[in-house]
Amino acid sequence: MKKSVFFGTLVAAGLTAGFASATTLEDVKARGVLNCGVNTGLVGFAAPDANGNWSGFDVALCKAVAAAVLGDPSKVKYVPTTGQTRFTALTSGEVDMLARNSTWTFSRDTDLKMDFAGVNYYDGQGFMVRKDSGITSAKELDGASVCIQTGTTTEMNLADYFKSNNMTYQPIAVDSNAEGEQQYLAGACDAYTTDASGLAATRAAYADPENHIILPEIISKEPLGPAVRHGDSQWGDIVRWTLFALIAAEEYGVTSANIDELAKGTENPEINRLLGVEGDLGPMTGLEKDWAVKAIKAGGNYGEIFAATIGESTPIGLARGLNAQWTQGGLMYAPPFR
Amino acid sequence: MTSASDAPDRGFRLSQLIYDTRYRSLTIQVITLIVVMGAAGWLVDNTIQNLRVLGKDFNFGFLDNRAGYDIAQYLIPYTNDDTHARAMLVGLLNTIWVSLLGCATATVIGIFVGVLRLSKNWLVARLMTVYVETFRNVPVLLWILVAMAVLTEITPAPNAYKVNPATGEASASMILDSIAFTNRYTAIPSVSFERSLGVIDTALAPVSLNVLAIVLVLAGAIWVNRRLLAHASAVQDATGARPVTWWKSLLILLGPLALLLAALGFQLHGPTLKGFNFTGGTNVSNAFVALWAGLSLYTGAFIAEIVRAGILAISKGQTEAAFALGLRPGKTMRLVILPQALRVIVPPLISQFLNLTKNSSLAIAVGYMDLRGTLGGITLNQTGRELEAILLMMLIYLAISLVISGVMNLYNHKVRLKER
Ligand SMILES: N[C@@H](CCC(=O)N[C@@H](CS)C(=O)NCC(=O)O)C(=O)O
Repeated sequence: MKKSVFFGTLVAAGLTAGFASATTLEDVKARGVLNCGVNTGLVGFAAPDANGNWSGFDVALCKAVAAAVLGDPSKVKYVPTTGQTRFTALTSGEVDMLARNSTWTFSRDTDLKMDFAGVNYYDGQGFMVRKDSGITSAKELDGASVCIQTGTTTEMNLADYFKSNNMTYQPIAVDSNAEGEQQYLAGACDAYTTDASGLAATRAAYADPENHIILPEIISKEPLGPAVRHGDSQWGDIVRWTLFALIAAEEYGVTSANIDELAKGTENPEINRLLGVEGDLGPMTGLEKDWAVKAIKAGGNYGEIFAATIGESTPIGLARGLNAQWTQGGLMYAPPFR
Repeated sequence: MTSASDAPDRGFRLSQLIYDTRYRSLTIQVITLIVVMGAAGWLVDNTIQNLRVLGKDFNFGFLDNRAGYDIAQYLIPYTNDDTHARAMLVGLLNTIWVSLLGCATATVIGIFVGVLRLSKNWLVARLMTVYVETFRNVPVLLWILVAMAVLTEITPAPNAYKVNPATGEASASMILDSIAFTNRYTAIPSVSFERSLGVIDTALAPVSLNVLAIVLVLAGAIWVNRRLLAHASAVQDATGARPVTWWKSLLILLGPLALLLAALGFQLHGPTLKGFNFTGGTNVSNAFVALWAGLSLYTGAFIAEIVRAGILAISKGQTEAAFALGLRPGKTMRLVILPQALRVIVPPLISQFLNLTKNSSLAIAVGYMDLRGTLGGITLNQTGRELEAILLMMLIYLAISLVISGVMNLYNHKVRLKER
């Protein structure tokens, strides 16, 4: 009797579980809010201001997706995640997507059951040291104490780099960028290592950025991009093509200034398809016809977002480099909208 | 004639399950059992379902894979080429190490403070009250962070010990040329031997025969010393006069050890600043000291209260009787009160040891790599095996706790009131 009750309950629970799973798109639409996993605070990429309004390069992507799906870029709930909590937050369904300096790697894409929707920043791992230490190359770091965020790719790269160069180091594990910053400034470590973009953003927030240098060595490839749960390709497509829409918009010269004009129709059929004047691209993946118009209007095209959040005119001052359009010698390349 | 007890037999009705006290408790138990099993079944099923939806399986194979990350503090040899299982072991040993030391210091602090809190000296008693109330009323995490902040803020960076070529002086200097406090660690001398008796390579860690020899000699010396003391007591019982033993004890305890150390070529290695950090000695990380201090001071406050309660539980007559026999207050406490108080103290002390051990998982806050930091932190994150890692971690903590309470219960059995 005990057993039959047990299995009866099992079957009942199984049935309800079967009904409960809707697609992420339906969930987001029903909720009216996009849950977007961002980092806990990295000025330029994702950080809240004094009023709790988030802004930054990664935040702009959350806004673009919210605009494409819900028609309103402000319908986003930002969920701060650390290097350790981010993937669990995504796979457990706490967030619908991650836009958080996360490196696309094989095991994350396969074993950790995520799907990377693309790359919004091509990066690499670097080191930051105090200028007065006199260090000019990462090869001089033998025996140093290095602050490192746990749960990141950079943690593994660091171990590999020191091993292959026959050097030793003392890892000082930190949980977030804020803690790393504090330890580094307190002198608990000689060098701080993370993605070079993260270093630039961290340094820009210092009172004395000129007293810190980022060493020339870039020891890894860190393609950073938005991630979604494995298994919901429709939602993956939406995030992927929202990113591509922003990139394509820059390539075709669609900006937040001229988009209203261009959305009335142009000579260029590719722009027309992108903006929904021609064809039915949006509805093919469950969105409105003008999804891309809304996404681009949220914060401008990829180039505009870059310039406004982390570009050379901001304190962070990152050059486009690899992140320029393919037509400008960079790697940003959106497939055709057709 | 019918009697009251001959109620008409109407058979068993369903409502009796609730209204008849003979069956009610059974009914409640069965319902509870069904609910509990249903909930457990639902949890298991939900987990299986969700894992399937994610396409994840449940296996512990990841423990055999290369860990690939470095750990700052390790008690057994470890490199990033070792497996996740070994990284877990390194973390586990770190957990055990800080818990053992923490329990020991917390007990010492607790007994000391607990006794002094009952002191007749107003100031001392009040000071101890202040200690107890401040430490047990603020979360232990904050104490650990405070200890860490103090250690990092008041100490200089290692390069402050470097001699500045311009002035010919360093801004910080080592204590006795062998200890250096820095904002990362405390560098202390390490020991080494000129001659080695050899090393046994166990799978866990290489064991130096020198250390083994020292332990054996020390154990032997303690045993001989005990015989000496037992002999002294026997003489005292027989003749009433206790022979002088202190110099013999000293000789027995230290003589052979000194001889052995000299034979092995015992040396102390002072740490020296080389490049970024001190090398040559042992670097005791601030993270470890902060965690240890935070846990000890916090738990010590609770133990102090337990000790005080234990002492107060012993009837005043015992003290008075001891005084009447001419024992001084110190001896009264040590020989009469505390041994009896232990019976009251030990059971709640076990819970405090368990608490301390579990609280040691707060190590993550200061970057000390305990079990939570390796298995439940980096390994979990890099392999994405949340369920496996957390379950394993829970099992290990459970096992540690069971061992502690097992050992402490044995001790409790020993100090229990012997009824003859
Ligand atoms: N790209 C690496 C590192 C990611 C990472 O942790 N980035 C840092 C700074 S570049 C970050 O976002 N920190 C903010 C925080 O701690 O919330 C990875 O994916 O593992």
